[in-house]
Amino acid sequence: MENVDKKKKYVISRRIDEFFLKIFDAWRFLRRFFSELFKPPLEWGEIVKQCYQVGYRSLGLISLTGFITGLVFTKQSRPSLSEFGAASWLPSLVAIAIIRALAPLVTSLICAGKVGSNIGAELGSMNVTEQIDAMEVSATNPYKFLVVSRVIATTLMIPVLTCYSAFIGLMGSFLDVNAHEKTSLATFFENAFIKITFLDIGATLVKAIAYGFTIGMVSCYKGYHASQGTEGVGRAANSSVVLSMFFIFLEEIIIVQVANYFRT
Amino acid sequence: MEQVTNIQKESVIQIRKLHKSFGENKVLRSVDLDVFSRENVVVLGRSGSGKSVLIKIIVGLLKPDSGEVIVLGQNLKLLDEKGLQALRLSIGFSFQNSALYDSMTVKENLEFPLVRNRKHLSQSQIDNEVHQVLDDVGLSQTIHQMPAELSGGQRKRIGIARTLILRPRIMLYDEPTAGLDPTTSLEINNLIKEVREKYHTSSIVITHDLTCARQTGDRIAMLLDGQFVTQGKFDEVFPSKNEKIQSFYNYNFIQ
Repeated sequence: MENVDKKKKYVISRRIDEFFLKIFDAWRFLRRFFSELFKPPLEWGEIVKQCYQVGYRSLGLISLTGFITGLVFTKQSRPSLSEFGAASWLPSLVAIAIIRALAPLVTSLICAGKVGSNIGAELGSMNVTEQIDAMEVSATNPYKFLVVSRVIATTLMIPVLTCYSAFIGLMGSFLDVNAHEKTSLATFFENAFIKITFLDIGATLVKAIAYGFTIGMVSCYKGYHASQGTEGVGRAANSSVVLSMFFIFLEEIIIVQVANYFRT
Repeated sequence: MEQVTNIQKESVIQIRKLHKSFGENKVLRSVDLDVFSRENVVVLGRSGSGKSVLIKIIVGLLKPDSGEVIVLGQNLKLLDEKGLQALRLSIGFSFQNSALYDSMTVKENLEFPLVRNRKHLSQSQIDNEVHQVLDDVGLSQTIHQMPAELSGGQRKRIGIARTLILRPRIMLYDEPTAGLDPTTSLEINNLIKEVREKYHTSSIVITHDLTCARQTGDRIAMLLDGQFVTQGKFDEVFPSKNEKIQSFYNYNFIQ
């Protein structure tokens, strides 16, 4: 019985050690990013290629989800607002919801799924097939080439996609408003932006930058440290998505709290 | 003649009292090895005997626990990252599974090290180099293919071509014939010999394949349980009275 207790304690203590070692490892990975970022030259060719992969290749999915979000949100909100005779407030309500919360969150969650899993699987597969080692032995810094370029690309492109998603979402909303109230596009946008402040747009951009950085960093870390063959690649892709989403929600809470502090 | 012999005896890799462990597992235990100029040394041993770890230490992918590795006169322990990268330009590493970049064509794979490390070269000079190494490995026709479209033997050849494009002085081959049929293995063995002649390289070939060892090695170093148990020409090493070497030989023969 005593031996079993000792064994359990040993296992728990080992797991705690492993947990803190992983955190330390992740911290070193993050620190390395900033030290490599400011060491010229940057891999501009690869950055542009990754921006294309992250941005252009996600446009279809972002357009669809953004449009549906705006349209459905408007449709769902209409009965409640109409009950109080406040249907004219729809553009404003939808704009606040989309610009403050939905656009950055929906875009980043979609990108965490699409881009995050892609990066996790790609780097994971490169790692287990020794392509990263091959890069290193041919005197190329694989961290700079693979990680820095991808993190820069996600950090730059997710804010762009967020703005695009917000616009498409508002267009979806306009479609519904126009169908019911025959409102013109100019009037719709005029009403939509009545309540939008610089702080709203600023906070959204900060969110999108933070989410983009998180998706890039988490996915690269998971892919770069993938092991144990194809199973490890699958696990890297999966945990890239799950962890990215977890951190996105965590950051959402923090940034909303900070933005609200400045708003009041 | 004597001068030629002296040049040939110049040591390009010196390994002294090298130790490497992974946790409790002691992979290399006080390993000593010299590789001389234009010599092909075959490190022979069973899977998991530490052969690949040895060459990964030589190229700086792994750090030893203790001991010294001197490559082309430079002690790896004393090199900073820049120094190590500069040294790596003189070392070609052919990976077991070729490690070709999946997302790039054969041409882009071959250009990759050149574009990054020979920035003064024009595109036409790069193209010439690519065609040259592809001719040398006999695969000019694959230039626009993706790695996924190549056979195992072709992948190995392109992997070797990618390392040759930087004109290395030392070649490290990790299991060059693993997973290949006997005919393709023979072609790869011949290629290893041709590379030495054309590119004047010194090599370490890691393998557990006796045919590969016999055909490519000037000297065989037998690594068992993390230590070199014997070194010499193939006919000197086999047959041996050492039971472990005998058992390895018999196992390979049966295989």
